[in-house]
Amino acid sequence: MRLNYPTNVKIVKVPCTGRVDILLILHAFESGVDGVYLAGCLEGECHFLRGNLRAKKRVQYAKKLLDEVGLGGARLEMYNMSSAQGQRFAEVAREMTEKIKALGPSPVKNRVRGVQDSGGQVKRLTNLEPSNP
Amino acid sequence: MIVANRKSLEEILNMLKPYKKVLLLGCNECVTVCAAGGEREVGVLASELKLSRAKEGQEIEIKEQTLERQCDHEYIDQVRPFVGDYEVILSIACGAGIQYVAEKYRTKVVLPGVNTTFLGVTLEQGVWSERCQGCGECVLHLTGGICPIARCAKSLLNGPCGGSSNGKCEVDKDLDCGWQLIIDRLKELNQLDRYEEIIPVKDWTTSRDGGPRKRLREDLRL
Repeated sequence: MRLNYPTNVKIVKVPCTGRVDILLILHAFESGVDGVYLAGCLEGECHFLRGNLRAKKRVQYAKKLLDEVGLGGARLEMYNMSSAQGQRFAEVAREMTEKIKALGPSPVKNRVRGVQDSGGQVKRLTNLEPSNP
Repeated sequence: MIVANRKSLEEILNMLKPYKKVLLLGCNECVTVCAAGGEREVGVLASELKLSRAKEGQEIEIKEQTLERQCDHEYIDQVRPFVGDYEVILSIACGAGIQYVAEKYRTKVVLPGVNTTFLGVTLEQGVWSERCQGCGECVLHLTGGICPIARCAKSLLNGPCGGSSNGKCEVDKDLDCGWQLIIDRLKELNQLDRYEEIIPVKDWTTSRDGGPRKRLREDLRL
């Protein structure tokens, strides 16, 4: 469709939003991102049956964690759209960008050194290149 | 399994105020099953702590380690090589594990990251329910496999009481009356005649009421 969407949106492709774990979201914030959103299939249309419902629950939980931590649950959102809805994808990208711009940069940007994965390896989440949806 | 709840982040942050280098120990057994202190929860807690401290502009270094169990020497010994590098140990195992770590590393402050609650079962993913009080004198053979000590709010041995209505306990409308459950089960098992046998007064000395307990198997001692 060649639609434009804000360049500050970096896409991490997953086979299903059900793949997204709470830790992935938290590590993203540790690495300094200002906002995270999940774009999953429409409810009832998950290719893997209930992955998007799991994601929804995890997002709700993670929002609470982010509130406790002081970053604010508003920096995390769940959106649903069909993979055919290119317009909606661009619309959501714009909407989320506006929202996060209003909230300002993450208060922990550049303050958390290194992100440790479960194997104890310290990694940095960098070089997130925008990709075409 | 032993079921525990993670303490609030606020409470844990308060406990950790004086410290910058923390060893966060999880446990792969009971607290993993009840999603309170397993490897996942270790990761999430470490992340929450790092984010909170970063927001305050303060440093924290956390080593995440999940032990198989914290109630056996051999597993706790695994952290001996690097425990000296940390100022404090924050353990999210059950109370038994937290204490054992404290016993083994006498010069280290060991903090509890969870509130240990009950012995229970998984009803469904995400829901755990109390089943056993560890009273030391099991009467499940008399009550159709349902424990009157753990599942009756008053731990009655010859219930139900007058507070039982429509199968629910007067304490909480969502709480099943333990004795209603027992009677229903005895009916299913054709053992309703057992209900009429009075269970005598309980000897609580076998429970925690008799003091901290120990179990010995001399044949296993080297």
